Amino acid sequence: MPTVSVKRDLLFQALGRTYTDEEFDELCFEFGLELDEITSEKEIISKEQGNVKAAGASDVVLYKIDVPANRYDLLCLEGLVRGLQVFKERIKAPVYKRVMPDGKIQKLIITEETAKIRPFAVAAVLRNIKFTKDRYDSFIELQEKLHQNICRKRALVAIGTHDLDTLSGPFTYTAKRPSDIKFKPLNKTKEYTACELMNIYKTDNHLKHYLHIIENKPLYPVIYDSNGVVLSMPPIINGDHSRITVNTRNIFIECTGTDFTKAKIVLDIIVTMFSEYCENQFTVEAAEVVFPNGKSYTFPELAYRKEMVRADLINKKVGIRETPENLAKLLTRMYLKSEVIGDGNQIEIEIPPTRADIIHACDIVEDAAIAYGYNNIQMTLPKTYTIANQFPLNKLTELLRYDMAAAGFTEALTFALCSQEDIADKLGLDISATKAVHISNPKTAEFQVARTTLLPGLLKTIAANRKMPLPLKLFEISDIVIKDSNTECIQYVGAKNYRHLCAVYYNKNPGFEIIHGLLDRIMQLLDVPPGEDKGGYVIKASEGPAFFPGRCAEIFARGQSVGKLGVLHPDVITKFELTMPCSSLEINIGPFL
Amino acid sequence: MEPGWRWELSAVHHLRLRRHTQDDDTLSPALRLDTFKMAMHSPVPVAELLLRRLEASDGGLDSAELAAELGMEHQAVVGAVKSLQALGEVIEAELRSTKRWELTAEGEEIAREGSHEARVFRSIPPEGLAQSELMRLPSGKVGFSKAMSNKWIRVDKSAADGPRVFRVVDSMEDEVQRRLQLVQGGQAEKLGEKERSELRKRKLLAEVTLKTYWVSKGSAFSTSISKQETELSPEMISSGSWRDRPFKPYNFLAHGVLPDSGHLHPLLKVRSQFRQIFLEMGFTEMPTDNFIESSFWNFDALFQPQQHPARDQHDTFFLRDPAEALQLPMDYVQRVKRTHSQGGYGSQGYKYTWKLDEARKNLLRTHTTSASARALYRLAQKKPFTPVKYFSIDRVFRNETLDATHLAEFHQIEGVVADHGLTLGHLMGILREFFTKLGITQLRFKPAYNPYTEPSMEVFSYHQGLKKWVEVGNSGVFRPEMLLPMGLPENVSVIAWGLSLERPTMIKYGINNIRDLVGHKVNLQMVYDSPLCRLDAEPRPPPTQEAA
Repeated sequence: MPTVSVKRDLLFQALGRTYTDEEFDELCFEFGLELDEITSEKEIISKEQGNVKAAGASDVVLYKIDVPANRYDLLCLEGLVRGLQVFKERIKAPVYKRVMPDGKIQKLIITEETAKIRPFAVAAVLRNIKFTKDRYDSFIELQEKLHQNICRKRALVAIGTHDLDTLSGPFTYTAKRPSDIKFKPLNKTKEYTACELMNIYKTDNHLKHYLHIIENKPLYPVIYDSNGVVLSMPPIINGDHSRITVNTRNIFIECTGTDFTKAKIVLDIIVTMFSEYCENQFTVEAAEVVFPNGKSYTFPELAYRKEMVRADLINKKVGIRETPENLAKLLTRMYLKSEVIGDGNQIEIEIPPTRADIIHACDIVEDAAIAYGYNNIQMTLPKTYTIANQFPLNKLTELLRYDMAAAGFTEALTFALCSQEDIADKLGLDISATKAVHISNPKTAEFQVARTTLLPGLLKTIAANRKMPLPLKLFEISDIVIKDSNTECIQYVGAKNYRHLCAVYYNKNPGFEIIHGLLDRIMQLLDVPPGEDKGGYVIKASEGPAFFPGRCAEIFARGQSVGKLGVLHPDVITKFELTMPCSSLEINIGPFL
Repeated sequence: MEPGWRWELSAVHHLRLRRHTQDDDTLSPALRLDTFKMAMHSPVPVAELLLRRLEASDGGLDSAELAAELGMEHQAVVGAVKSLQALGEVIEAELRSTKRWELTAEGEEIAREGSHEARVFRSIPPEGLAQSELMRLPSGKVGFSKAMSNKWIRVDKSAADGPRVFRVVDSMEDEVQRRLQLVQGGQAEKLGEKERSELRKRKLLAEVTLKTYWVSKGSAFSTSISKQETELSPEMISSGSWRDRPFKPYNFLAHGVLPDSGHLHPLLKVRSQFRQIFLEMGFTEMPTDNFIESSFWNFDALFQPQQHPARDQHDTFFLRDPAEALQLPMDYVQRVKRTHSQGGYGSQGYKYTWKLDEARKNLLRTHTTSASARALYRLAQKKPFTPVKYFSIDRVFRNETLDATHLAEFHQIEGVVADHGLTLGHLMGILREFFTKLGITQLRFKPAYNPYTEPSMEVFSYHQGLKKWVEVGNSGVFRPEMLLPMGLPENVSVIAWGLSLERPTMIKYGINNIRDLVGHKVNLQMVYDSPLCRLDAEPRPPPTQEAA
């Protein structure tokens, strides 16, 4: 969930009133926001870098507000204020207008070289804007928030904003060999080639995260003006030439990307939020974008869409009984201008360009419910009549757990993910023999594979509890995972869970007879009689690298092998950092369902 | 400190320890008496001697005096006093401390053999003694200078074969020996302060504090303690002799002996209770025994777009082997693809290029909602539609940054109801019933965003201990874009909620670090000591400082 940080006093000034922290928290809660933290720049720096560094920092109170991930229109102070003011019916939602310029329209021409790397671009102009320091900061911050969220760290969309008065159109969006791109980037004093820049930014804490997007491509995207001035090399950096300042009056905005829909949404959000500060409030000057196929489009779209929803549908979905008029009013408070039309049960809803999150009637239903107040909805119980059933494997597991504890064994709860070493090397096995599933992106060795046996987890539990009085008697009934290419298996994912029961006895003596006795007890509980006949169980001498030679047996029950028991090999005991003899038992309980 | 009871391990250890010491001290007084008998090799035990003396005494007796009279170590008498005390009201013993002067080892030697100066004086014959020879005597050095200053002896330095020592007086009084003998005889008070301090400076005398007992008869005084019985025996029952025998009292403050037993893990005890609650509410358990899932069922089927941040390598564990799902239900996959990329079912869709390769990628499921999606898909294939209530509790996996409250795997609890005409009010109503069974009654709902539910609501409850609203779950109505491609009828709504098993358990039991609850590093003592899980019962008040 993105967090937007705004100056409290600035927020209250824009809202036209002040709130106590509790009142504002309550307002946020009602609206679906969360007042996450009340802090200041000074506090933040002091927390992160210590009091000394924080000495000169501002102690203006900041509200950190959590915004739902799909509400891009609430990612800056301007949007938050507009949303809340409309919600509290203090203002009407502004209407955003695209206007044609008096003179020539700004043109951005996309060449076909971009097709393979970053094929889409959109553009617009904010004319006669008036920044202050706070407005300018918010403008920069909104771009950063959009980059981090909807733009997916600039991979899908990257935004460039430029001082139009320093440039001269038409602009060309193309892609060139990195060695052929040379310009003075933002915050640098001289020109570099794109190759040099990529090297320099490898150590830049902010920019290094975006390099991978184009790094290994033969051509890099780049935007020029008609004089060959570089506007930007998306998605990495803008040119220094066209940098905007607090004093900039005319802004050229370009968004390039791999996702056309998102590029259009991002552009709409920026211009709707900041056209507030244009001389003609909430108007945006159009720009023309010519695609390689020669087709030409005008941006920003600023599309208003009309949706029709029946009032009784909203009432039925929410569980309320409001008149269509009231519902229309509720929706209007959510920035969705609505009115009752037709037979008096139809509500026509206007979806503004700021609300790209509204893609289905259910989104409208939710907004009506929010405006009504979730906590005002009458709670009722559904009349759904059903008979409960347990999942048979879990039912058996639950029954066995209680009787394992009654047999004197204590339940452990260990991780399903572990290292290759745990399930292979430490048990004297080769990893290829385990048929384990492998994780491709583990952050540490603890998450290399899914366990193929419960034994390592229990042995690690003992290792962490060596100070406890002996004997230690532990068990666990849980799932292990084995690769399985059988397409008959319902999951079809190439791997399957098996429900295992594992028990260990750890003492000064191996206690094989105790583990053996436990097996007898388990079989008694499962109503499996001793004996080799069908339906019975028997143990037969066997061997395994994890067991002491001659002290291992395979367990056969109901005509199939279900597991092994035995005295653990001293090498296994040592590798798990244990010092005492130990015997263990592990069976698959699936066959006993 | 946060209220709500915690696993007070240190307190329990402490009590355990104390119980053992009480065992030794007081639980088996008979044993202690026997030990004494053996230790003393005495025909009559000290305790018995003490009781006899006490019977004859007038009011009481002093343990030290008794020891002196009996000619035994004071410590032996003290032992007898303590063991008799443990029997209850047989005797009363008051601890007294007295200061006393005692001779040091050197002091005792002097009291016996005379002071060094006296010994020097006596060793000199009338014809005198060579000084060199005198100095070789054991008391020579110290005795010589003292005898000189007492003017008992003189040195003739002009003698032919070196200096020679002669007596000056015929006889002398060994005052030091006399004084020490007075102290030895218990008459230290006859010496002046100055005299005692002089002897102390010479390290012949020391002041010691003696702890003695003033023993008097108790309310149940008897000289026949040996006849007290410790336990009832089968013989006593059959012979009836128990009627005439006195029995030693029990110490009810001591702890009992815990039974040998196995124990269930506390988190899984909570899991059992959650299962129980769902079953009580008529919910059927879904199969969740597949940790490995395809991206399709984990994300795409839930209308979670392919560029969603949750599908990032930083959030999800993907598989290297087996890297891809072998088979997907292709008809359904096509409908899902269309809904994502173009919309449909009344939706605008996400308008992006949906890729099958992305959907095939295997992963460790990030939520059990993937299992719910499979269950709902199976339900949609059954015609006609029948309403269902489903639940599951199982492990899910996240490739997250680990901290005190986040592990790479945790348990998710999920409830799902599918029926015609379900409302948000129904969802809230069922959540109220569910949380009431957990003992949580103060609920509040906050609008939220989940990719696959709309409307969505986070569930908050007021935590009395923390004095604030805490999030206890997430819920919502599954999006039509998820349900309709599965083939569920249009007028069927599916409401669902989820929460983690660990979080409410940690809040309930005041556990701050999840590693204290889950995984192999858990302290087994915590497992041994954990109480029954009764979610709707009031938590035990936190232990006070004294109790801990």
